[in-house]
Amino acid sequence: MSRRPTGRVVDDFTPSLIIEGEHSLCPGCGEPLAMCGLAEAVDELGLTRRTIAVFGIGCYTAFAGNIDLEVLQALHGRAPAVATGVKRAMPDTIVVTVQGDGDMVNEGLAEVLHTAARGEAITCVLLNNGVFGETGGHMTAATVLGQRTKNTLEGRDAARHGHPIPIADLLARLDGVAYVARGSVRSAAHVAGTRRMLRRALELQAAGAGFTFVEVLTMCPTGWFVETAEAPAYLEDVLAAVHPMGVVKDVGAAP
Amino acid sequence: MEGSEAIAEAMVAAGCRFFAGYPMTPFTEVLEHMARLLPAVGGVCMNAESELEAVSMAWGAAATGTRAATGSVGQGLSLMQESLAELCHARIPLVVCNMARGQGDYFQATRGGGHGDHRHIVLAPHDVPEAVYLAQLAFDLADRWRNPVVFMGDYFLAHVEQGVEVQPIDFGDPVDRSWALDGTSGGSGAAKLLSPLGRARRSDPDHVDYGRHLARIGDSVRAMAEGVTPMAEVVGVDGAELVVVAYGTPARYVRAAVDLLRDEGLAVGFVRPVTLWPFPSDAVAAAASSARAVAVYELNLGQMVDDVRLAAAGSCPVEFIGGISFDHSGFGVAPDLDVELLAGRIRRLTQRSPA
Repeated sequence: MSRRPTGRVVDDFTPSLIIEGEHSLCPGCGEPLAMCGLAEAVDELGLTRRTIAVFGIGCYTAFAGNIDLEVLQALHGRAPAVATGVKRAMPDTIVVTVQGDGDMVNEGLAEVLHTAARGEAITCVLLNNGVFGETGGHMTAATVLGQRTKNTLEGRDAARHGHPIPIADLLARLDGVAYVARGSVRSAAHVAGTRRMLRRALELQAAGAGFTFVEVLTMCPTGWFVETAEAPAYLEDVLAAVHPMGVVKDVGAAP
Repeated sequence: MEGSEAIAEAMVAAGCRFFAGYPMTPFTEVLEHMARLLPAVGGVCMNAESELEAVSMAWGAAATGTRAATGSVGQGLSLMQESLAELCHARIPLVVCNMARGQGDYFQATRGGGHGDHRHIVLAPHDVPEAVYLAQLAFDLADRWRNPVVFMGDYFLAHVEQGVEVQPIDFGDPVDRSWALDGTSGGSGAAKLLSPLGRARRSDPDHVDYGRHLARIGDSVRAMAEGVTPMAEVVGVDGAELVVVAYGTPARYVRAAVDLLRDEGLAVGFVRPVTLWPFPSDAVAAAASSARAVAVYELNLGQMVDDVRLAAAGSCPVEFIGGISFDHSGFGVAPDLDVELLAGRIRRLTQRSPA
């Protein structure tokens, strides 16, 4: 027996610039929320036909296929340097990098620091869940003390594994950096706040204010030793205690 | 004009508008000249903070369809190898100068120091006028095959002064650059994606099929291997009993030694590969087919000699007459680059009785 649809569309909640269909990220992963927020911010500012997104290597890499923005795939850690080449060659484009904490803070620490110090007019987005998610949840340079990972089973211990690098705070210290903020996808309200940060960063980039940076704390349901339903609270209580949310630097002016 | 300056002038004449480099002798002067020349023509030269950043910046610029180049010496290129391998998989054209110290980077250039299946076209000039031509050809080949091209310079080429006029060379039809990114395809439902992983859009029928992507790269590498015309300078191989093979600046000394021996009446021929990949195997095979022996001179422990042996395919013995020869600095003028000395080594081979 066939059924006729009886409902009617009262609003379309399809995120802008997202290609519908399956994606490769785990249920409960925070990264798609962050990338949808980025795509929405680009769309809201009318920058869709000027934007080139440079992706690093991590779980989010596969999501490049779900976003209807031009994407240039970079190697692990190199996205800010690749983005520099794009922006210098085509100064009218809006250039955004998407990297995880393993990609940016481990493999590519030099790239992001130098790019920030040069004041490149690009926006770097860090998806920080404190683990190498794609390999199954291993320690990164951003893993907070006490956080359990596959190679710090008893929790990250400063004496054995060193201390986490608060990359946003480091970058904020550099001249040439116009904007640094840290948001999360811990709740709907946080997602909305993060999108505002991304908008602000993109506005400042478009205005040529300098290097802009948005870190987004995200959940990793498979890499963390935390129940998926508990992950947002763990993010707030454990990760955000070391990487506090909020705007770290804003040079002001612009739009 | 000094070689480094001529090479930089030639790159700019070829339309290179983006260069990124990190200083290292004897590549440094190329970087200096690019930093001077590019802003004057609306281009960009980046003083990259490492070789990793240099090749990455060039990757980004090249992805926009801008003619881009980077470079270093072999040591710096070692650092760039991950990118140089993956650029082949991303099908992004890039010119890479190796202002090499000695000739120890032959394997690095022709086999690649990087991972996976990939190939780079390799051009090796022997003097400044040829460098000016090949530096421009490098950009044309890179664009045409959407692949990195290695320009193989050397210490001598960097510093020798020769009279040369740099003029843009017309290589024919402009190359399609519709693959390049400029941001404008965003929101079209089919925004461009340029990736060494071959990951495509979810809406594409074969999305995220990395295996199929690698197979396609195999096809494009094979097409390049068959499509690029190998180049070689061939002298007096008809009726030659001995053929000497050498490339780059050292080949100029070998050529002079060969000329000396021919003046003495010895039947010595000469083959100088100009494309190191694809290797001019046919030219070497033809020369070897009627010779009693082939000699290979390189300023290293013997690397190109492998390719000469593959080309000769056992038709005659292939002898290595080169070796490591440097000054105290490890990369300066080699004492072995002496015409009499080289002529002596070649003469000894001609004096061997037939097997």
